Amino acid sequence: MSYEIIIGLEIHVQLQTKTKIFCGCSTTFNPDHPNVQTCPVCLGLPGALPVLNEHAYYLGVKTALGLGCQIAPYTKWDRKQYFYPDLPKGYQISQFDLPFSHHGQVDVVTGDSSANGGNEPTVRRVRILRAHLEEDAGKNMHDESGRGRDSKVDLNRAGTPLVEIVTEPDLRSADEARRFLEELRLMLTYLEVSDCNMQEGSLRCDANVNLHVTQPDGTKVPTPIVEIKNLNSFRFTEQAIEYEVARQWESFQQTGIRMGAKGGHKRTVGFDPNRGSTYSLREKEEAADYRYFPDPDLVPVMTSVEKINSIRAEMCELPATRRQRILDEFQLSPYDAAVIIDQGRAVADYFEEVAKTCGDGKQAANWLTQDMQAAMKERDETISNFPIRPHVLSALLDRINKKQITIKSAREVFTTLLEDADSGHPLSANRIDELVKSRGLAIVQDTGPIETAIAEVLSRNAKAIADFKSGNEKAIGALIGQVMKSVKGADPQTVREKLLAKLGE
Amino acid sequence: MRDISLTTLTFAELLGRLNSQEVTSVEVTTRCLEIIRRNDPSIHAFLNVDADDAIKQAEAVDRKRAAGEPVGLLAGVPVAIKDVLCTKGQPTTCGSRMLKNYVPPYDAHAITKLRQADAILIGKTNMDEFAMGSSGENSAYGPTRNPWDLERIPGGSSSGSAAAVAARMSPLSLGSDTGGSIRQPAGLCGIVGMKPTYGRVSRYGLVAYASSLDQIGPFATDVQGAATLLEAISGHDPRDSTSVRQPVPAYSRSFDQPLAGLRIGVPVEHFAEGLDSEIERAVRDAIAVYRSLGAEIKDVHLPHSKYAIATYYLVATSEASSNLARYDGVHYGHRAEEFGNSLVEMYEASRAEGFGDEVKRRIMLGVFSLSAGYADKYYSKALQVRRLIRSDFDAAFEKVDVIAGPVTPTAAFKIGEKTSDPLAMYLSDIYTISANLAGIPGISIPCGFTSSNLPIGLQLLAAPFEEDRLLRAARMYERESDWSAHCAIE
Ligand SMILES: [Zn+2]
Repeated sequence: MSYEIIIGLEIHVQLQTKTKIFCGCSTTFNPDHPNVQTCPVCLGLPGALPVLNEHAYYLGVKTALGLGCQIAPYTKWDRKQYFYPDLPKGYQISQFDLPFSHHGQVDVVTGDSSANGGNEPTVRRVRILRAHLEEDAGKNMHDESGRGRDSKVDLNRAGTPLVEIVTEPDLRSADEARRFLEELRLMLTYLEVSDCNMQEGSLRCDANVNLHVTQPDGTKVPTPIVEIKNLNSFRFTEQAIEYEVARQWESFQQTGIRMGAKGGHKRTVGFDPNRGSTYSLREKEEAADYRYFPDPDLVPVMTSVEKINSIRAEMCELPATRRQRILDEFQLSPYDAAVIIDQGRAVADYFEEVAKTCGDGKQAANWLTQDMQAAMKERDETISNFPIRPHVLSALLDRINKKQITIKSAREVFTTLLEDADSGHPLSANRIDELVKSRGLAIVQDTGPIETAIAEVLSRNAKAIADFKSGNEKAIGALIGQVMKSVKGADPQTVREKLLAKLGE
Repeated sequence: MRDISLTTLTFAELLGRLNSQEVTSVEVTTRCLEIIRRNDPSIHAFLNVDADDAIKQAEAVDRKRAAGEPVGLLAGVPVAIKDVLCTKGQPTTCGSRMLKNYVPPYDAHAITKLRQADAILIGKTNMDEFAMGSSGENSAYGPTRNPWDLERIPGGSSSGSAAAVAARMSPLSLGSDTGGSIRQPAGLCGIVGMKPTYGRVSRYGLVAYASSLDQIGPFATDVQGAATLLEAISGHDPRDSTSVRQPVPAYSRSFDQPLAGLRIGVPVEHFAEGLDSEIERAVRDAIAVYRSLGAEIKDVHLPHSKYAIATYYLVATSEASSNLARYDGVHYGHRAEEFGNSLVEMYEASRAEGFGDEVKRRIMLGVFSLSAGYADKYYSKALQVRRLIRSDFDAAFEKVDVIAGPVTPTAAFKIGEKTSDPLAMYLSDIYTISANLAGIPGISIPCGFTSSNLPIGLQLLAAPFEEDRLLRAARMYERESDWSAHCAIE
């Protein structure tokens, strides 16, 4: 018997509005001061009424367009009813049968191209069933002292705008699920619709997992679906799915219980990252009846094609498109293109500015993915506060391209520029030239001194010459080194060529 | 103190004397407070009266007027408030044990508008719990009695607001009308009561019973009072998405202009079986008055009105079951002192103790109507019928300007008479309920008395946002009659 893993995700994304979705309260994350960002509306006080925050709707549409979804011309609000202390009205304002968007898709690269011999990367298309808007609940805080004190409720978060994204069960491994979430997060941050801060709960995920087991006779049998709730990190999501897959496989081999059979109903579980296992939350045999009905306090929302087009026009290029474009435009490897795009929109913008002005995308990519990355990490800086701005880096790379300095010298200049910045000096292209001059880093264009040095080096290295001529090509390295040492600023490539020519005589 | 006989003053006379500073608001307010002190122990129209605060408000308006500053539309006029409207810093109980100690931190939009109009908020009035009822008997704080006969109910759910005006304890009051809760008690108490078009008055701060039906409206002794109070509270409010962006006509100035060529429709279905003969006679006499004034009278049909009560009790209870979910004992309102040790037991005990029987009955009905497997049969079906009821009116208003008929099938019944028979009780709203389902405006004006001296009401209905036409039509009849001058309390 073999099996296929079937995974569908439900993702809650907090939209980055200044105010809540149905009232004017701030959405700032503020766990240390409970219940200060509240008003009669989000407290659910008698008589208070919700009014839609237009900006939340706008960000929702942007999100949905990013997911390739269709935007409904008519959408309405529904009440999802259940009792819970963090839900002050006894219902959540959500969307039921007419979500504002539906039917999209997101392509996720699931295999590195290097792993399959540099061929086209493998891509998984994940269909989006729907994306709808809703309000977040508050947060219950239970007494964990074990002394049975009262639980408390913080409603600062109640009413924060959320988009709930529901995928079709198109993912086939825990790794794919993680990659999908990473791509989704990247897209949402490019679109600036959410900060996707998982520690603050801005992005939360539920995963529906089961297996399609191929029986010896060739028929396929689905195992009971398990919904893993409230996964708040990509790593936990991956771990939880892996755990569930293994557990379901083992359980199926032992019991043979299939979906829908006795004992085969859908279960809801949580994930305990400390123990690396899932635990049962509630049995869904008798599914909760939320008694959805249209919220009479809110009017339906109509969205015209013109409105959708104008929102689309305001959207930035999506990461997947941009990855492909910079790959083509600057002749990058898929790996470099991915590394640049995946670091976020600011890094991609930085890269493109440098690549365009210095005229060498490959060089720009190398610097960004190596020297810059290392420096930012060491200095604990992000691209936006990194002191070497694109025009300065571009000037530096331009000197390399024009063979005015070596890469090694450029690194020295780069380090000095950072030191300059730390001592408060302004950085500029002029400063680069100044450093090149004062440190004698300019490549020696005049070949006379190089030839003199070669002659001199060869005259005292008979053994190395003999080694080289007997086939030890590495011996030339030592000779190059000695020439470089005596002629500061010599281009190693020139030295090598001239040495080879001399030795071949 | 000069004698102010509030029992004989029309609204025009009262406002005229205040404006000319012939009387002060303090004098008017004091007189109202005296009547309340004297008569309310037997009527029980009020749940809360803060006399000192009322006098303070009156003093402030008097100072403003004396200083020659511009004053609002209702400057110095006392207005009693149904206890379903939130008043900042003052208890708002909704007639329920659930909200016995609840004090809202904000004013309802209508209250803000009244303050801006310089009205005097004289007190909060009794009501059926959460506006669910037709008799006032469902108040957790005891029933209100009809000023015309203390053994009888004043109607509901705005029982206290209607009784307060009928007993001249306040010249004006605000109520809310979800299925007839203003028009029905106005009819049974012999005063003017109006339900505006859905969306005309902001519901912000009106504690919800059935959100798609609830509407705030005025009670007054005469049409001018109702017109003026309606003008003061109407208008768009950005805090209520269902409040409409439409200019507010100056009802207080136009109400007195008769309508030429008025076409009045008589709904055949509202004169069918179950209508008391004395009421039918009084209403037909009133229609005859319109004919004598040159109006054209014709029959109209509202074929789906027979489904109105059933439709209403599905739509209203479905919404109510959701609107009242917030009273769970967690954040505010009543929490049981004794309950087991689980959250669910806390909910159950708090709600069991906090809500009265009728509220529980409607919540259960609503929960059932919205439940999986039943919603298509009940809630969704009711919405379909609701649209048909609206189409009936749309068709009728193609042919006529105003529909005229009885407010209630019978005059005020005895306290306790229908409490054990909810269905009989529900039938007392049979003529008023359709207007809420259709969202149209309606007014109840006095049109006579039964042989046992109980008031009879005439209901006029008009197309959406035709309040102006409705008030003018009402005034045409009022001018020809003297029912408004009759007073329950000497
Ligand atoms: Zn708020």
